[in-house]
Amino acid sequence: MKSFTYERAQSPAAAAAAAARHPDAKFIAGGTNLLDLMKLEIETPAHLIDVNGLALDKIEPTQEGGLRIGALVRNTDLAADARVRRDYAVLSRALLAGASGQLRNKATTAGNLLQRTRCPYFYDTNQPCNKRKPGSGCAAIGGFSRQHAIVGASDACIATHPSDMAVAMRALDAAVETVRPNGATRTIPIAEFHRLPGNTPHVETALSPGELITAVTLPKPTGGVQIYRKVRDRASYAFALVSVAAIVQRDGTGHVALGGVAHKPWRLESADAQLPRGAKAVTAELLSGAKPTRENAFKLPLVERTLGAVLTEAKG
Amino acid sequence: MKFETPATTNPIDALKIVGKPFGRIDGPLKTTGKAPYAYERHDVVSNPAYGYVVGSAIAKGRIARIDLAAAKAAPGVRAIVTADNAGQLGKGERNTAKLLGGPEIEHYHQAIALVVADTFEQARAAAELLRVDYTKAEGAFDLAAVKGTGEPRPLFGGPADTALGDFSSAFAAAPVQLDATYTTPDQAHAMMEPHASIAAWDGDKLTLWTSNQMIAWGVTDIAKTLGIAKENVRLVSPFVGGGFGGKLFVRSDALLAALGARAVGRPVKVALQRPLMFNNTTHRPATIQRIRIGANRDGKITAIGHEEWSGNLPGGRPEGAVSQTRLLYAGANRMTATRLAALDLAEGNAMRAPGEASGMMALEIAIDEMAEKLGIDPIEFRILNDTQNDPERPARPFSQRQLTECFRTGAERFGWSKRDPRPGRVRDGRWMIGIGAAAAFRSNLLVKSAARVRLDRAGIVTVETDMTDIGTGSYTIIAQTAAEMMGVPLEKVVVRLGDSSFPVSSGSGGQFGGNNSTAGVYAACVKLREAIAQKLGFNSAEAEFADGEVRAGNRRVPLAQAAADGGLTAEDGIEYGDLDKKYQQSTFGAHFVEVGVDSATAEIRVRRMLAVCAAGRILNPKTARSQIIGAMTMGVGAALMEELVVDKRAGFFVNHDLAAYEVPVHADIPHQDMIFLDETDPVSSPMKAKGVAELGICGVAAAVANAIYNATGVRVREYPITLDKLLEQMPDVG
Repeated sequence: MKSFTYERAQSPAAAAAAAARHPDAKFIAGGTNLLDLMKLEIETPAHLIDVNGLALDKIEPTQEGGLRIGALVRNTDLAADARVRRDYAVLSRALLAGASGQLRNKATTAGNLLQRTRCPYFYDTNQPCNKRKPGSGCAAIGGFSRQHAIVGASDACIATHPSDMAVAMRALDAAVETVRPNGATRTIPIAEFHRLPGNTPHVETALSPGELITAVTLPKPTGGVQIYRKVRDRASYAFALVSVAAIVQRDGTGHVALGGVAHKPWRLESADAQLPRGAKAVTAELLSGAKPTRENAFKLPLVERTLGAVLTEAKG
Repeated sequence: MKFETPATTNPIDALKIVGKPFGRIDGPLKTTGKAPYAYERHDVVSNPAYGYVVGSAIAKGRIARIDLAAAKAAPGVRAIVTADNAGQLGKGERNTAKLLGGPEIEHYHQAIALVVADTFEQARAAAELLRVDYTKAEGAFDLAAVKGTGEPRPLFGGPADTALGDFSSAFAAAPVQLDATYTTPDQAHAMMEPHASIAAWDGDKLTLWTSNQMIAWGVTDIAKTLGIAKENVRLVSPFVGGGFGGKLFVRSDALLAALGARAVGRPVKVALQRPLMFNNTTHRPATIQRIRIGANRDGKITAIGHEEWSGNLPGGRPEGAVSQTRLLYAGANRMTATRLAALDLAEGNAMRAPGEASGMMALEIAIDEMAEKLGIDPIEFRILNDTQNDPERPARPFSQRQLTECFRTGAERFGWSKRDPRPGRVRDGRWMIGIGAAAAFRSNLLVKSAARVRLDRAGIVTVETDMTDIGTGSYTIIAQTAAEMMGVPLEKVVVRLGDSSFPVSSGSGGQFGGNNSTAGVYAACVKLREAIAQKLGFNSAEAEFADGEVRAGNRRVPLAQAAADGGLTAEDGIEYGDLDKKYQQSTFGAHFVEVGVDSATAEIRVRRMLAVCAAGRILNPKTARSQIIGAMTMGVGAALMEELVVDKRAGFFVNHDLAAYEVPVHADIPHQDMIFLDETDPVSSPMKAKGVAELGICGVAAAVANAIYNATGVRVREYPITLDKLLEQMPDVG
């Protein structure tokens, strides 16, 4: 870990402004991912801006009838919130499928969105990784790629995004509220928040330098049967091989997002349109153009089978 | 004490304390955080400097240049140890690769430097400033690709190859045949406590507070590596946070702490960083195993052959996966063969039940496959081919062998008769349900073991031996042994372990620790009883030691009185004759597993497990049960998830942390139960006990595999059995 300076931010705008003054700054909240990466010198911030003291830990109704989730709401609290459990069950279920109780107690909503890939080559600084060291190459291509992306990847990176929460948020059409160093705020639809790797896999989100997430908003509840199904090798404390977040209405329409298959939570509105036609049609659309590796080709049938089971369950 | 003829009645047989399920006497120390583990010996070392290990970034080649300047100039740095400045170093007898590499690199993450600084954080930060240029060399990293180059190498406790009768002809002539190949992957011990040591020099004398299973081996190998006299090395390891064979040998933490402490003239502590553990230390090597079985239609095996291919660094050992096949089932025509190829991955070595754990993973699937071909119940097939004699040397009986009884008891308890032998027939909602069984087998090893026992004025009996407790319960069973022998309650016994200044014990490994170390304590106690009897004027043959008294006829004297004018001490050990030549001593069991396989995703979840074990006298049913339950858990890991994934291009284990190397978590382990059959084995030792711990892992993975087959009809011969290996053959989802 490299030495760093540290400050406690007094307001969201001040935090963003402080980040703009320190080009090598990082925000720290729960630290469940950042501190690990700093110990391995995968992340080497020269300055940490602690945002834990900012009053961003509330879950409040929005004027539109949805919910605003403060950036600092801990995963445990979000999963347990009665409104979330009642109206956005897929989010609660996704959160509880992730990490461990101890980590969820500490991890925040914004931090969860910003966690970095678990690709083992990203974690080993002896190995080339375009995400960690742009231009160095990708060791996962042609290497151990069982966990890796099957859609939306590039020749520069085949990593997946590890979050469960974000997959549910994608299915729920959440939006990310931010503040920039100049004090301006904006709202980024979750669909546009995470990026595909392209030639710049180290650029993972739409955030501009210094921009701070202040909240995630959920639209007015849409009802429906809400399921989060995470498939993994062990029963707990493992990242998804694939996961399915589904919101299915009585008439068979709905939303489906996948985890574990791409650099971002994977949802195509064109695939949602196929929902009444069943899992095979949805999967064909979702995974059209998929380019799996030899080691993760099993994810294609696995997505279809898992989605099939989810849709069967949704019919009750 | 020489143990050369089977034991007759002795004071242990009273079983007032031995054989009772006492809780661990060291339990309160552990649950209150007071047990002194190696890295936290604040009680013995003040002001230590901290070492951080730097591992090689390549698997094979040379260090062309190493630039220490920036690291040396970093805050708090006191020294940087490398092969360049460490002085001449030897290599331990039990190490295959050097613990400090350079300029030659033998494997990925081989230690190439130790950065020593005033704080851990300073050492870690400075370690990142080392600039190392390598010249890479070609290496061999793919076992399947090099297996043809394998050569015969003896395995632990036996020759590379064995043969009896005419296997080839008998197999060819057999009306029912199986010829199948199975693979097991490289596996990691992945124990909780990393390898850790604190080193301090006093002149030319070195003390290492470390985490090690085999104290005397450690002393010898550290002395040899440093080129100093054994007498100048003291190892102290009273508590070990898990070993599983990974701490049988001194590793880089111990050597580098010693070199670092010498360089800075101050104690140095080193804990091997978790990401280094998987490539820096030893692991269980992968195997490819071919098994051929021929049988008559009545189910009698006529030919059984087992060949193993594994790889290791030059000079290393094979895994030894054929060893149980030499002993487990009858059959007049037999062969086993072991071939070892050179690989440039990290050193392969012992991990929990080396040989048999891997071998049983394959053999016990093969037996199930054969039973199916024969149309015989897999348990009945095993019983049909049970034997009371060493199949390769029929004149040599087993000392005790209750394999059939284990299966009968387990089948009854587990509800085996309800199993539908046709695969894929039982459903519970979305789950496909299957039941499987497998034999458990692990041999009992005799290793000499010594102890010192002292009686003091207060009637306290203190036992000292360099035996280790790696979470197994050694403290407790040794205390029980001494209490039984001296006729005192457990609270009157103090046990001190894991110090090379104590008499040399068997140590902990190969499930030989429990029986041998307590037999050594027994021997020392016999000697102490004689000294006490003499002191108090009793005929030692007639004296009874009970309730804190020595008694004979109507004379009773408090035990403590023998030490009234100073303590009495006795030292002795157990040494064995040829009883393990005359008899085959092994432990047996039967594993039963029920699994559910998700009909859509093919996720596999174990639903219940039972082991029935026959392993001689059980010295403490509670700690022994914990050993079996833990081993069963590890077997589930081997069956379903554990695999060190080899990057065959760069030559290393890619998933080198506990996030990526998956072992079972609580949610993976459902109801487990285990039963010990009544057994005493007078051939094994005066304790009439045998090894217990490793028996529990042998066969579990195959029982899981057999249950998966019963659930789904999919036979997977490549471990671990992950859902991707089932998916193609799973039924359609609605």
